[in-house]
Amino acid sequence: MALLKKASDAAQKHGLIGGFAIFLAVVSFSSPEFLTLGNILDVIRQVSITGMIAIGVTFVVITGRLDLSVGSMLTLLTVLVVDQHNQVGPAIAIAYTLLASLLIGMVNGYLIGFMRLNSLIVTLAMLSLLQGATLFYSGGSNVNVTNPQETWFRFFGRSEFIDIPVPVWIFFFAALVGSFVLLKTNFGRWVFSIGGNETASLFSGVQTRWVVLIAYVISGFGTGLAAIIMGSRVMGAQSTIGQGYELTVLSGIILGGTSMLGGSGTIWRTVIGVTMLGFVQNGLLLLGFAYYVQWLVTWAVIILAVWIDLAAKRGRVFV
Amino acid sequence: MSNSVGVKKDHTAKTMTSIQSSSLSILRIIRAQHIWVFLLICMLVFSFASPYFFTLNNIGNVLTQGSFIGFLAVGMTLVMLNGEIDLSVGATLALSSALAIGLQDSIGIWPAIIVALLSGAFFGFINGALVALSGIHSFIITLGSLMGIRGIVFIFTGEEALMTSDYSYTEYPEIYLGPVSLTAMIFFGFALFFQWILSKTKHGLETYAVGDNEKSAHEAGIRVRRHKVINFTLCGLLAGVAGVLLSMRLGTAEPNAARIWELWTIIAVVLGGTRLTGGYGSMWKTVGGVITLAALLNGLRLLNTPNYIELIVMGTVLVLALILDKTLTSSQSR
Repeated sequence: MALLKKASDAAQKHGLIGGFAIFLAVVSFSSPEFLTLGNILDVIRQVSITGMIAIGVTFVVITGRLDLSVGSMLTLLTVLVVDQHNQVGPAIAIAYTLLASLLIGMVNGYLIGFMRLNSLIVTLAMLSLLQGATLFYSGGSNVNVTNPQETWFRFFGRSEFIDIPVPVWIFFFAALVGSFVLLKTNFGRWVFSIGGNETASLFSGVQTRWVVLIAYVISGFGTGLAAIIMGSRVMGAQSTIGQGYELTVLSGIILGGTSMLGGSGTIWRTVIGVTMLGFVQNGLLLLGFAYYVQWLVTWAVIILAVWIDLAAKRGRVFV
Repeated sequence: MSNSVGVKKDHTAKTMTSIQSSSLSILRIIRAQHIWVFLLICMLVFSFASPYFFTLNNIGNVLTQGSFIGFLAVGMTLVMLNGEIDLSVGATLALSSALAIGLQDSIGIWPAIIVALLSGAFFGFINGALVALSGIHSFIITLGSLMGIRGIVFIFTGEEALMTSDYSYTEYPEIYLGPVSLTAMIFFGFALFFQWILSKTKHGLETYAVGDNEKSAHEAGIRVRRHKVINFTLCGLLAGVAGVLLSMRLGTAEPNAARIWELWTIIAVVLGGTRLTGGYGSMWKTVGGVITLAALLNGLRLLNTPNYIELIVMGTVLVLALILDKTLTSSQSR
């Protein structure tokens, strides 16, 4: 009996991983190229852009807030880095992009942390603002890097280091650094404490306003790095390039099991969630399903994942 | 919580008005319904800026254009008062408009419309049932269905815009009462009806109670889950109505229709003054928010502003509305 309970506990705890393993097995059975090293690296390279953003947004989500502006932020910053690359060269373009990302994060963070406005609405407004700013900047036209073959800017998206694509390396190091900051520093502990109980953290001397602001700056910075990878990968940008990324990022974070209410979550869970989503999408395409089927599957997967997680926590399936 | 503050405020305001002059009560009304003041300012500015703005025809246009977001906003208000959120309204609208046009050749126009309306109610019900049964936050549930329903739309339409073969279909909503179109009349009808539901029926009052404090509502014997399912279903149904009317107006249904309209809807509702946290707000506020949003967009277009200005103004207005709301509520409670 105890064994049975242990087994069901394990099933609940690792149900997601188990389901994922079954999915991997099914897909690799019917599509031989799925579990090849080349395809796996391809998938991880594809998710590295979503993943970079998701690492930053995880900080925001753990404080119990949201960032819906990352999609249009990605668009603006990619357009910015590509266009500035043509005008002032890669190094300064990258500096501008990262600076802009910090600035946007700061504005979000100030409005939400200091003025205590609702994060959903503020980042929604920022989504609209940044879309407008992109159109203002580019006039709605596409921008392209004029010398994609010669520039060293191609390093970030198109090169490999020890046979592994550079975006994967960047993703990996960002995850390491993010994890370190979240788990081993005072700042990380404050992020958790605000998500757990904001009033209590305030009364115990945590500078909640600054912690929230910095969480949004981190989210912006992650998006800035993602924009550099994106710009370098595509060597161009149009005004819809980041559309919908905020949803994919949130799906990945939710799938990883980070609570939207704040107070819990880890970077590696986010990395796993985003990567799993990438494999599911890639697998469905390899199985020959239409592109939009993956959205339907994402719907089912997210709800199942969160529901299993909740059911395991409260010991009941229904409320 | 916000509602209890509102009630307290009402009491103090009542005693104050009995003592002090009536100018205070006017101030109180302005505070509670500041969206109408904002609308008035918008109208004034645009009337001076463009000679075409304050004409009977254009006002009619504003109302018709606003109605589509309006239907979604009425549904969203119900869900938000309940303390939840529905991000899938845009996708539901797209699905019902695709069904209304895509099915009319095979099963006829009216059956297609009924199927389209039912599809809205169905997915609203699914959202509500999932929220009520699983205990997952509606943000996550409807974020999922936003993607899932949009996926269904793309699969159903085969990624192409559908077109009606019977052009009389586009003339159904071409009924006008003066400058006011049938679409706008239906919108106001729904807004009135649901305002009545909210303020006069058991379901409406209990919706406020649940949004205000779910736990104590539950302990007071209110059937929390049932109210949530009803409100989500109504929200989906209203998105279905908007979808059908939009398909009539355009004669086509494209799979990307109403993309990010859920955001415009939230903007309209919040602009009106209904709180995201639940328990505080009304249909009047939402109607005000919807018309203000439509007037702003219309006015900016009449002034020939490039479309990025629109996006920047909307973002700024939303943040300002939020700051204003924050300042007004904190000065009230003082």
